[in-house]
Formats: sequence, C-alpha cells, structure tokens
Amino acid sequence: MTNPWTDIRNTDLVVVMGGNAAEAHPCGFKWVTEAKAHRGAKLIVVDPRFTRTASVSDYYAPIRPGSDITFLMAMINWMIQNDKVQWEYVKNFTNAAFIVKDEFGWSDGLFSGYDPEKRDYDKSSWDYVMGDDGFAQVDMTLQHPRCVWNLLKEHVSRYTPELVQQICGTPKDRFLHIAQMIGECSAPDKTMTSMYALGWTQHSKGAQNIRGMAMLQLILGNIGVRGGGMNALRGHSNIQGLTDIGLMSNLIPGYLNIPTEKEVDWTTYMSSRSFKPLRPGQTSYWQNYSKFMVSFLKAMWGDAATAENDWAFEWLPKLDVPGYDILRMFELMKAGKITNYFCQGFNPLLAFPNRAKLTEALSKLQLLVVMDPLETETARFWENHGEHNDVDSAAIQTEVIQLPTTCFAEDDGSLVNSGRWLQWHWAAGTPPGQARRDTWIMSQIFLRVKKLYETEGGVLPEPIVNLTWDYADPNEPTAEELAKEMNGRALSDVHDLKDTTKLLTPAGKQLVNFSQYRDDGSTMGACWIFSGSWTEDGNMMARRDNTDPDDAGMYPNWTYAWPLNRRVLYNRASADLKGKPWDASRKLMEWNGEKWTGYDVPDIAPTSKPDEVGPFIMNQEGTSRLFTRGMMRDGPFPTHMEPFESPIANPFNAQMRGNPVARVFADDAAQFATSDEFPFVATSYRLTEHFHYWTKNNRINAALQPEFFVEISEELAALKGITLGGWVRVWSKRGSVKAKALVTKRLKPLQCGDKTVYVVGIPLHWGFVGAARKGWGPNSLTPFVGDANVETPEFKAFLVNIEPATGEAVS
Amino acid sequence: MNIDLSRRGFLKLAGAGVAATSLGALGFGDAEAAEKAHVRAFKLASTTETRNTCTYCSVACGILIYSKGDVAAGEQATIVHIEGDADHPTNRGTLCPKGAALKDIVHSESRLTTPRIRRPGTDRFDEISWDEALDKIARALKDDRDANIVLKNDAGVPVNRWTSTGFLAASATTNETAWLTYKTVRAMGIAGLDNQARV
Repeated sequence: MTNPWTDIRNTDLVVVMGGNAAEAHPCGFKWVTEAKAHRGAKLIVVDPRFTRTASVSDYYAPIRPGSDITFLMAMINWMIQNDKVQWEYVKNFTNAAFIVKDEFGWSDGLFSGYDPEKRDYDKSSWDYVMGDDGFAQVDMTLQHPRCVWNLLKEHVSRYTPELVQQICGTPKDRFLHIAQMIGECSAPDKTMTSMYALGWTQHSKGAQNIRGMAMLQLILGNIGVRGGGMNALRGHSNIQGLTDIGLMSNLIPGYLNIPTEKEVDWTTYMSSRSFKPLRPGQTSYWQNYSKFMVSFLKAMWGDAATAENDWAFEWLPKLDVPGYDILRMFELMKAGKITNYFCQGFNPLLAFPNRAKLTEALSKLQLLVVMDPLETETARFWENHGEHNDVDSAAIQTEVIQLPTTCFAEDDGSLVNSGRWLQWHWAAGTPPGQARRDTWIMSQIFLRVKKLYETEGGVLPEPIVNLTWDYADPNEPTAEELAKEMNGRALSDVHDLKDTTKLLTPAGKQLVNFSQYRDDGSTMGACWIFSGSWTEDGNMMARRDNTDPDDAGMYPNWTYAWPLNRRVLYNRASADLKGKPWDASRKLMEWNGEKWTGYDVPDIAPTSKPDEVGPFIMNQEGTSRLFTRGMMRDGPFPTHMEPFESPIANPFNAQMRGNPVARVFADDAAQFATSDEFPFVATSYRLTEHFHYWTKNNRINAALQPEFFVEISEELAALKGITLGGWVRVWSKRGSVKAKALVTKRLKPLQCGDKTVYVVGIPLHWGFVGAARKGWGPNSLTPFVGDANVETPEFKAFLVNIEPATGEAVS
Repeated sequence: MNIDLSRRGFLKLAGAGVAATSLGALGFGDAEAAEKAHVRAFKLASTTETRNTCTYCSVACGILIYSKGDVAAGEQATIVHIEGDADHPTNRGTLCPKGAALKDIVHSESRLTTPRIRRPGTDRFDEISWDEALDKIARALKDDRDANIVLKNDAGVPVNRWTSTGFLAASATTNETAWLTYKTVRAMGIAGLDNQARV
C-alpha cells in the first residue's frame, strides 16, 4: 500500500476491483465504511461476482475474469476524451512530456520488437529520445506527436465502451456510470483510492492489471495524497516483510538484485546500476545502490568482505535464468532435478497450481523438510486419503522430515503490515511439546552444515564458514540481535560525506538511518529500507503511541513505517508546484518557503525546492511513469491479453493465446484447454470465515464454513440440471473435484459479444487434513503458468466443465 | 511492553475498591472484611497481558493475549484468552471471525509437538529426536551441495549456484526469522529461494 489503512477514512471514492476487502480484510475495510459514513465517500465494486464488498457498495458492475486491462484502458480513454485529467499533476509529476523513439509502436495486440520464436520482445525501441545534453528530451506543452501523452492517447483510443461490453461483458451503461463517478476525482480536491488484491495479481498479466489502475490514478492526480493511492491489500501477516527482505529467487533485501551470470564481476554488476538522473536536478535515489549493497555484503560476511575481494561479491549465487521461482522449481522437481526441498510455514500442495503435477514432483524428491506449527497437506502428500489424495504410499520414495515450530503467540519479533508498518510483538505462551522457533531451527541446520565443512572440507566452504555469527548465544540468535543487524551499525566511525571532520556515528553504534550507509566497508546493514527501525534510541517498532495530530490518519509514533517512518509514499505529490496542498482541507505536506512541513516525513530532501525536484525520487526521471520504457517484459503500456484458457479469442489478434511473453513449459502447454471442451470460466476466492488452509485446523472456523462448495448462477444450474445443495463434479484438463453446489443470484451470466459466459466460483479453504470436512482446493484444476513479469500463477481465470454428481462424497 | 497501566493492574485496583466502598458505606465493618476475603479476583487479574498482532491477513490487527504465567519472566505460560487491542489505530479493538478465534488455532489439535520422519515407501510418520533430524538434514544438504553446486559456468565465470536444493519461506514468520533464513540459505548458494508472495 502507498497509504496506511487508517488513511482510507480520508477518501472521496473507493474502487474495489481485483479484490474483496469486506470479505478478506474485514477490519481494514471498516475504514471504507468510516469514509462512507463520515465523509460521504462512495464505494464502487467491479467484480465477476456480487461480493460481500459489493453488497455495501454504492455502485456495482460485473466483469469477466481476466479482462481488467480492457476496462482500465477504456477508463483512461474516457478520462482523456472528457478532459477529466489533473493537468498540472500529469504534466509535472508523470513522464507524459517525455519523447519516445520513433521506432516504438503497437499493432495486432503486440508492441514493436516481438519475436514469436523466443516468446520475447526486443525492447530497445521502448525508450526515450536522449538529447545531446545527456538528458531525456521532453515537450512540456504535450504537443509533440511522440510524447508519452500522445502515444498513450492513441494507445487507449481503441478501448471504447462498446469494446468493454464485448470483451468484459460489462454493460455499457454501467461502465459509463462508473466513468462519471471516477472522473469527478480528477479535481485537485477530490481523491479516489484503489484497493486490490489477488484478483489482479493472479493472472498471466497481473502486473499489467495493476499498472492500468496506477496510470489511471496518476492521470487523476491521486498518488501521494491523503485518501488516495494504490493500495495492494497484502494477504498474509508478513508477506510484505518477507518480500522486503528479499526472500525471492532474484532478490537481495531492500529490493536489490541477485546478480545474473552476465554480470561477471562487481564492476560489471555496478556499471548497470549508476541510475544517472534522466532530467536535470533530480534525486534518483538508487544512485546510492552501492552503499546499500556493500552494507548488505558486510552484514553477510563481515571482515571477510573487503575492498580487495569486491566485498565477497563472488560468493553470491549468480542466476542463469530470470529466477528459480516456485513454478520453475516444481518443473525441475518433476524432471527429477531437485534433491532436497524445504517448506517453512508454506503448504505448496494446496498453494501452487496443478496439484497432480505437484504430487508427481514431490514424489521425485529424496528429502522434503517441512517446518510448520500445524499439520499440512504437503507434509502428508504421500498419505492415501481416498479420493481426496489418491496416492500409492509404497511407490513414493521421498523421505519427509516434519519439524514442529512455534506460532505467532510464542515468539518475539516484527511483522510488516500492508501499509508498511513494522509492528513488534511479544511472546505470550510456551510452545507446545518440543516445538521450537524457526530461528533456532535455521541456526541448528546451518551450524551443523558449517561443522561438516570445517571437519570434512568440501566444495566452496568460504561463504559458509565466513558467515558472520557474532550472536551472544550462537545456537539461537535473538530477535533483537537480528533486528539490529537489519537496521545496520557503524563498523568504524561514520563521518558526514560533505564535512568529513563531523562524526555522525561512532564505531559500534547503531546507524540513525540508511543515509549513513557507506560503500567503503565502514557500515553494515542487512536491509537498508528498514534502517531507522532500531537505533541507539531503541526499538522504534515497539512504539505504541496512538496520537494522531489533527486526525490526519498518520499515527506517526505508532510502531515504525519503512522507509524513514514515512506513512504515505510519494507524499511530496500531495502539493502543487509551489508546494501548496492540492486540497487545503487534506494537507499532507506543505512547503513553508524554507522546508517541507506537515503530517508525514517528506520523501524528498526536506529543503528541496518544490519547483525543482520531482516527487518520484526512486525514478531516474523524478516523475512517475505512464510509459515504463523496457522495465516490464510485456509492454510499456498495458494491452489487452486473454487468459491462457479463455472462452473468447483476443479481438486484437485471434492467434494470440494468453500473454505472448509468459513462460510456458511444454507439458503445461499441452494441458491448456479450449472452450469447446471446457465451456465455463472458473475463478478462485477466499471466504471471511477462513484463512487459506490454516483455519480448517481450528474447530470454530471449521464449524462456521465446514464444507467445500462451488458457486454458480441460477442460469448455469438450470442449464446443467444442478440443484442448490446438490453434489457436482467440476473438472479441468488437469484434474477433477467434487463439491456441494451453491446456486446464487450473486453470479450472473455475462454477455461477451455473441458469447454467453458462465462463471464458476471456487473458494480455496479445504484439503484433507484438519477439523473441517475433507475437500479440494481450486489448485486441483488451475493451469501451471504465471505472470510474465513475476510468475504469479493464473488462479483467477481458467476453464472448467461442470455436471451434477451422484452419490455421497467420502468425508 | 509499552502499556502504561495494564488492564490487569487496573482491575486489581477497581475490584478491591468496589468491595471496600460499597459495603463500607453501609456500615458493615466486619462484613466488609469477610466479603473482601472471598470476592473472587477477576480472571484477568491473575493473567499476564501481552501485546501481539493477528497472524492472518496484513491488516495486522492489534491483539492482547492473556496467559497464565509470564513467558518474559521465564515462566511456563498457557494462553487462556485473546482479544482485540482497543488502542490499536487500525482495528480499534475489533476482530474478524478468524481473529476472534485465534486462541483456538494456538491450541489446535493439529499443532505439531514433536519432530517426525516419514521413511521412503512407508505410510506413517515415526517420531525422531531433534538431533537426529537436524543431523540428517545437514548431511543431506552437504552431500547435495558438494555434488551439484555449479562453481563456474561454461564461460569460466564464477557463478556459485546451487539449484538442486530449494527453499520455500513462509508468509507469517517474523522479519527476524526471515533475515536469518535469508542469510543462511544464501550463504549456501541456494538459488531456488522463494516465499508465499509469489502466489
């Protein structure tokens, strides 16, 4: 989230699309009802299903799963055609004025540079025209035919309300009504917030769905302001923190990158990370990359990371592919190329797509290690549960070690919420039986491996035996020690870079924040964006002062928000070019003639003049981007792409299947279905009474929603002879499930051109262990393909068939 | 803990005060002492109050956990009650149907209490000691790493990439666990590191 949950109270309009906050984030959603009750805010819901959020909305429109880009591009087109644009914001705070190369273009659903053999783009044309002065060329009048604004205008001109009706199945009058409501928020003193979740991410073009709304929000001037923003409602209690700390194949903590093997050494790696500003006077904060990276390497290897050995850069793994993400790992596992696999609090047998493939893959491992507080299906994938897990145990040679861990109530530490607040919590109970903390388990595994290398020798022991481990009790580092490492400390005296006689932090002390990170080896810090969270003043994450000056919704002394305790990202954009708030009644930051003041920590230097330095300091442009150059694999603008399994052909290019640059493994391509065979569209979702596959282990939640069901419209029920509460079989080209049928008015058939599209809703909370009745998850059915940029699986739009089933399912 | 006046302390004061003033005002001097002696203390007065956050979605509602015993003081502690934290700016004391049932996930019958092993081809888990489990894991890691880590690619560039062992990290563990996991997994050269954010 760019903004905190508590800021939603400040909005004028909430758009929930790609999520269902009332159901999945109930206590955060209360801020929507607060805004409705006390500000007169309106709520719009666009969703295939009339959800619990829709039931309290002011306006609802249905949409076919997987067609969001069309809806959003048409919305942008309508704003441009009807002059609902926050012009001063667009001209100065976006890259609308930047001039793009002549070679860039779009036709037949594809951008320039497409290579069908490689399923990839040559992105060299997706870039700015550079001037002789070394800066990107701009036309602040927006008259130049090749400026981003005019290219965007042309790009979205294809997306008309009629096309929305044809592709999305959204009635034209509903689309236009929503356009008018949203258009009002182009006024500088009106704001809209976007609240979305996995309804947008779990598509083969999920990242482009989100970009579509981000672009709309920029055109309306709604980023950086109170009551605005792009608010990704993260699903799990620390999914944000795990991502911030870089537990992804290609990441290093703080959104740094694991090198690829093309970056043959430290110099080469850093040469593509100079982040020179593209416009005069801009901040381009990533210019500090080397400070963050060297401090990270010092956190890893301490004295063994030196200037002479390039800070031990060589010891990091180097990637030969974009990433060893979960889909690639299970593909390799199925091919017998993975020996050992660890699941730490993660249940992939229900969480990843195509369960039959997952079972086959897990069966080829030598060792599976599961660390969890609870029983999981993954730990018991080898156990026969009749039709719910029909495996031959004797044929599965995988050894499984299951390790009992503590849960949230039994350890100390911090979690990052969706609004980037790092909230410290304290242990309250004794762990059951022999359950141990993950920190102890990871230490024990590591120390034993280290000892084997020390006693036996082996291949490349250096990164293991030299890993810093200066904890008071080496067997179990404390949460405090680890949190302090993430903040960073001075290894030798840290001086002011401009006045080297001025001592900022003496050796051995915690750094004040990441502005004190250095690339000369004098500092260590594991996660630069968290720096400031544990200083010499103590644990900022433990703060619990809920004072909220002027009821702004910022709560600046409640725990700690990364970065630098900033509560709203891009907050400088809440004021105009003179530094005056767009809306005086919703001031966030204001220029007082000398510096920035207000309710938040400014995201540009406090004395940077408002008309000189742009608000988007992480970007080389100093502006936000309506056009993303070559930064995304599937285009600098979003373009309509169908799901890999779709009931209709892409109207721009009937030959194009799914996302043309998404990675597809051969066996999985063979398992994609067509609508001749599988005529119905399916989508997955959560229920408020359950949390994923965890709460079926809780008798109360299991009693509230005891049994697996699928949801269908009255029309589909009539078509297939299905009765409310009766059994149905739902199957895809990859698997089959049995469920009770919930026949509702919440789902209606959608009319997409001459095709009537029926949607089957599949909630995701059942499996074969726990206190609820045995059932299945949607992943028994879903295709094994991910988003082209980030490999998030396409759970939200796929094809199935359905029929009434006879006989009682085994329970 | 950063709660100025704990609810437990407040109740102790309030409970004693009610008994003393109401009876004392009516002039029952001896009765007051007798009554005070058998007034049962509020349940919360005998528990330890601990601040925590909900383990489910990332609204991260504040919760208060009440335990018999005090973990911070090194005692055995059993969690007896969990409720919303009224001082928390986001949830202001409210909880959803999942958060309201948190105590029962802590004490779920499905909680794991001992290390176990499922041996190849069998249809059951057997108990195993922590030492034996951890030694087996360390051995498996070292053997696979020594056999399969790629030190250099075909061009002779050092790559130190280990792809035949993978690690999936969690979605609800602390940042501190996450950092220690990152540190140890990457030091070994594991490339297939991912977390639930991927889905």
